[in-house]
Amino acid sequence: MDQQLKIELSQQGIFATTMEELYNWGRKNSVWPLTFGLACCAIEMIATTMARYDLARFGAEVFRPSPRQADLMIVAGTVTKKMAPQVVRLYNQMPEPKYVIAMGACAISGGPFKQGYSVLKGIDRYIPVDVHIPGCPPRPEALIDAFITLQKKIDAQALTGEARPRHLRDDTPSEFPVPTYGAHDLQPAKNPTLWHITTNATSPKPLPTGTDESGRD
Amino acid sequence: MSTSMEASTPAAHQGFADATMIDHESDLLQISLGPHHPSTHGVFRMDVVLDGERVVKLKPVFGYLHRNHEKIAESTTYLASIPYTDRLDYMCSLSNNWAYALSVEKLAGLQVPERAEYIRVIAAELTRLQNHASTIGFLMQEMGASGTPLMYAFREREKILDLFEALTGSRMMCNYMRFGGCRVDLPAGWLDQARKTVDEYPRFLDEFESLLASNEILLARTQGVGVLPPKLAIQGGVTGPILRASGVNYDIRKVDRYGIYERFDFKVPLGEHGDVYDRYMIRMLEMRESLKILDQALHQITPGPIIDPKAKIRGFRPKPGEAYGRIESPKGELGFYLISDGTPNPYRYRVRPPSLINLTVLEDMCLGSSLADTVVIFGTIDIVLGEVDR
Amino acid sequence: MNLEEIKSTLEAAIPGCSPQIVTNGSPSGQHSLLLDREHAFVAAMFLRDDPTLCLDYCSNVTGLDWLDTETSEKVKVTQLVDGVEKEVDEVRKTRTPGYLEAVYHLYSMQKKHGPLVVRLRTENRTDSVHLPSFTPIWRSAEFQEREVFDLFGIIFDGHPDLRRILMWDEFEDHPMRKDYVEPDDYEYEPTPHDAVLKKALEHRNRISTPDGQGA
Ligand code: SF4
Repeated sequence: MDQQLKIELSQQGIFATTMEELYNWGRKNSVWPLTFGLACCAIEMIATTMARYDLARFGAEVFRPSPRQADLMIVAGTVTKKMAPQVVRLYNQMPEPKYVIAMGACAISGGPFKQGYSVLKGIDRYIPVDVHIPGCPPRPEALIDAFITLQKKIDAQALTGEARPRHLRDDTPSEFPVPTYGAHDLQPAKNPTLWHITTNATSPKPLPTGTDESGRD
Repeated sequence: MSTSMEASTPAAHQGFADATMIDHESDLLQISLGPHHPSTHGVFRMDVVLDGERVVKLKPVFGYLHRNHEKIAESTTYLASIPYTDRLDYMCSLSNNWAYALSVEKLAGLQVPERAEYIRVIAAELTRLQNHASTIGFLMQEMGASGTPLMYAFREREKILDLFEALTGSRMMCNYMRFGGCRVDLPAGWLDQARKTVDEYPRFLDEFESLLASNEILLARTQGVGVLPPKLAIQGGVTGPILRASGVNYDIRKVDRYGIYERFDFKVPLGEHGDVYDRYMIRMLEMRESLKILDQALHQITPGPIIDPKAKIRGFRPKPGEAYGRIESPKGELGFYLISDGTPNPYRYRVRPPSLINLTVLEDMCLGSSLADTVVIFGTIDIVLGEVDR
Repeated sequence: MNLEEIKSTLEAAIPGCSPQIVTNGSPSGQHSLLLDREHAFVAAMFLRDDPTLCLDYCSNVTGLDWLDTETSEKVKVTQLVDGVEKEVDEVRKTRTPGYLEAVYHLYSMQKKHGPLVVRLRTENRTDSVHLPSFTPIWRSAEFQEREVFDLFGIIFDGHPDLRRILMWDEFEDHPMRKDYVEPDDYEYEPTPHDAVLKKALEHRNRISTPDGQGA
């Protein structure tokens, strides 16, 4: 709808909106996150909902213990390989539309614990992530910022047309395979349909013995 | 409460390993609490066998937050492990720093200047204050007082975190202490701010206590629940407030007299019954004792250097040998066992996690009580998963 | 009681028990007592129940991995070189087999003293990795011994419930051992250095070989 016309109408006391706007307005202001803390970042998540930062101002204070009633998963903390199948399963149990915020360095990439045998190098290996917030831990303000970003994203989702989001399409999956525990690692170690790393295996250059791009694959 | 708990355990790990062993004729019910569960303080899981509402067997399952902290520490320098210690017990990063710094100082024979000792005591006791307050808040949450007590606790916690942030630059992950001292000196005006916070704290405690201590529901849910006899507590290696709630007088601040704790006048509160109520009350009393220590320390502290000039922060290579150092962290005995082989990296780096070892007696405390009480008993142990699984 | 006295008390009280004192070079001065496997359990029981020692609290259990070490020394030997007897240097290598070790830190809550550091050593690192469990004596060792079993692979005989604790049950390796090789799961890092750089190089070599799968 033409914005100019809308403004003019509202000056005449007529409020006009579209189905899409109304629908997204309702959704974005009542995001129900899953009560889901994994590690240190979860404490900051709790602090965000408490007195000083008060997440309720953004309509997202109704933390639900059951994934069936939640539509936002805040992956707050380190996802270990032992925990990853459970995280994916929880995600699968959430109804569409569902969103994921990866909170903190660990959820994004493994963070400080990346170098090791038991930490998953980022939850986006198994489930799609909508908003990443860097930080170790991100401050409550950063989490609020992530919420606002997510709200903007929800607001921009079209109900019809080619650009409509996943939950309105039949051809995109809303559940993702759950990895299993293997003898040395998770099987598979990543979901190849979600997680792409571009390799330069075809043209190997000698690695500089310094810093910079030496490890890019 | 228990019904909602059973309903919300969807993330059970693919069934029980011994699910086939369930006798379908009996009334026993086997449930898996966690690893995703609102009352488990993170990713902790308990396999519980119930007879009706009574617990007949309880096995904790760990490892959902095993972050290979020890392996990483062994492949990096002594200095680089300090930020990792923050992430052990992430509610109390400053005490963790201290325990690690203390062990390295033992290993290398470093001295800590007086001002640094005072700063350490102040930081550690502030940490204890916010940890105990939050623990009680979480505990009340698990008894069904959703929100309010935790909100009060977190309101006070924010004030202490402001002090930490002014001192160290970070709210939670302070990375502040160094071998032989501390990283930076107190910023201008910090002591006044700290004194103000400490002076105001008793008001919060009184308010908290008047809301809770004589609350009938609280008394009914806590008194006589989850009794831990002192013999079992010692046998199970339990430390910290839980041990003292059972009446065992063992506080490492008094036993080892590490740092400068012998200069302060404070008491060690002891419980009588060892039940949940005592464990709650001990934490309230310990906060008051911490305030006493803080009050003395904040007034006695004098200017001076904050780090041992002999301490080499970079290129630090202690002589081959080993050392075990421990402190009384808010959770119990936090120890670090370090072995040096003369290289910049420790050969062995081991954390003695109080949270993990305090869980040894969880099953004994819970047997025979109802599932709803199990959650409360578990809440009084006060674990942090980052430390349990490391 | 100092370590010497504890040693002689143990020797006197338990026939056949021969503890050794392992000295510690660091300023901490925490020397330790190495118990032999056969008598370790009885000795530990004695340490707990002896009225003067009364070590009723086992604080910490640690696993340790000592790799096989190779020491080489140069010796002069006479040899027949081209028909002439000559003195030549020969390098002799001696291989000391490695072992796994469990370290216990014992305190007394009653007497408020400690720590007494007790060590136990396995025969080797591969097939003979059994040690007596102290869990029947000190319950606090229960989870810690499970952890040592999980991460180092020491098998504690007499432990009531020896399962993996931190890793999942299907896991096969013992990741805290010094020779553990983790799965090649290297990921790009902006500033790799030291060990990470090595990993990056190895990973690159692997994926640039014809049969290697890209990342
Ligand atoms: S990003 Fe940092 S604070 Fe957050 S879970 Fe990881 S280590 Fe903890």
